[in-house]
Amino acid sequence: MAWFELQEKKTKIPGAKALWTVCGRCRKYVPNAEWKKNSSVCPECGYHGRISARERIALLADEGTFEELFADVGYSDHLNFHDASGAYVDKVEAARKKTGEGESVITGKAAMEGIGVVLGAMDFAFMGGSLGTGTGEKITRAAELALAERRPFILACASGGARMQEGIRSLMQMVKTSAAIGRLKEAGIPYVSILTDPTTGGVSASYAMLGDINIAEPKVLIGFAGRRVIENTIHQKLPDDFQTAEYLLEHGFVDRIVPRNEMKSFIVKMLNYFGF
Amino acid sequence: MAAKAKSAMDIVKLARAADRLHLRDYMALIADDFTELHGDRLVKDDRGLIGGFASIGGVKCLVLGHNKGSTLEENLESNFGMANPDGYRKAMRLMSLAEKFHVPVVTFVDTPGAYPGREAEERGQAEAIAKSLEFSAALKTPILVVITGEGGSGGALAIAVGDRILMLENAIYSVISPEGCAGILWRDGAKAAEAAEALKVTAPDLDALGVIDGIVPEGKTREETAANVKKAIVATLKHLSSIPVADLVARRYAKFRAM
Repeated sequence: MAWFELQEKKTKIPGAKALWTVCGRCRKYVPNAEWKKNSSVCPECGYHGRISARERIALLADEGTFEELFADVGYSDHLNFHDASGAYVDKVEAARKKTGEGESVITGKAAMEGIGVVLGAMDFAFMGGSLGTGTGEKITRAAELALAERRPFILACASGGARMQEGIRSLMQMVKTSAAIGRLKEAGIPYVSILTDPTTGGVSASYAMLGDINIAEPKVLIGFAGRRVIENTIHQKLPDDFQTAEYLLEHGFVDRIVPRNEMKSFIVKMLNYFGF
Repeated sequence: MAAKAKSAMDIVKLARAADRLHLRDYMALIADDFTELHGDRLVKDDRGLIGGFASIGGVKCLVLGHNKGSTLEENLESNFGMANPDGYRKAMRLMSLAEKFHVPVVTFVDTPGAYPGREAEERGQAEAIAKSLEFSAALKTPILVVITGEGGSGGALAIAVGDRILMLENAIYSVISPEGCAGILWRDGAKAAEAAEALKVTAPDLDALGVIDGIVPEGKTREETAANVKKAIVATLKHLSSIPVADLVARRYAKFRAM
């Protein structure tokens, strides 16, 4: 990064936050209203900023059709987990307060251009979108509902991976969700996975990579192991585009890269091809 | 005088010990025959995860396992039992064979984790693990999982979906290594012992959490430990083979559904 960009990053304009959003990539100041209108995509450089699960659902569901389900399913502190900075319960309660959500995913029924679907979206702002027992349970219930009602299941992923504060049972969510999605596929019901920034670790190594169609937003980070872990293991610098959506497309692991404002129409088109 | 109770970190060290029994040792000690089969039919033959047909106490089965190795040469060849995507795809290919010919599967889990490498990412480490979970959850033949050493996160889980999950007395199974967890949540990798305690990674802990079905005691000698593992495998496979396969798959789904 050039020195003047660093300078710009550090510059504080009093009250700026209230009026402007600073692009996470090109650092341009974009008026909040314009940023919002453009679905948090930078009009200058096309960077797809992180958005909340509710914003994601608003972009995908027909207006007023989202009916939230399984909202009562929450986390479980079966390990009574404490680390250096305190209790897991306190952290997860803080995440609830901050996001207004009960878990790192929200799930429900919705219509997309009139097609009845089961829709889920993960929220990275909720403990890094980590996969806890509540997250896994909601996604599994959503998949089972899609199976019971023969509705396509659309899930937008955003996660750093498993939630280590829930120990081994967070790992087990990878099996539970993948098994439920397997049943959906056996029954001929489409499952579409949307990979957003970031999708890594245990989430990429389970339901995120299992879509009949895997769609990624441009430039997002998708991978299993962290860049630094890999660099320390192989003692090599990795290319800049390593683990980007474009890199995964090139290596054959995503079907398409689709910009945010075209996501809904692309999914609807695919569902039409699948007979919905 | 009673021995001092082992800490979680003591058990982590035992699970990782270089002189612990590894897959090839088990095959030599408990199998009448082990015939390795190679390759994923796509890219290569991964050495971190190996498999083949075996006869254990007269029971024919497919054995899959992380190949940590007991000599430095073996360690290096197999990346210390850290599999590449090709290893998991080979495992799925062999599981298909087992399903086709109604042969039960036994997996030996012993890995620090899936290999974190550039080529591993390029060839879809995440997809290979994800597919393994989906695939083995619905496999129409019995699967017995034995966690013999280190059950390291997703790389272990990929071959740890089964009808029965057994764990050796001094094995561990965890969502993240104690060092990794300490580095993130304690911001100090040296706090691994505290992280190991908090994560609950030992066999009795996991038994209490309902994640495993039984603990295999370790003997005073390698032979004794291997014999205990053999006894557990033979008895469990005989039992699982008596269950109609549709029931087996339904129960396997329900087992993980409840976790």
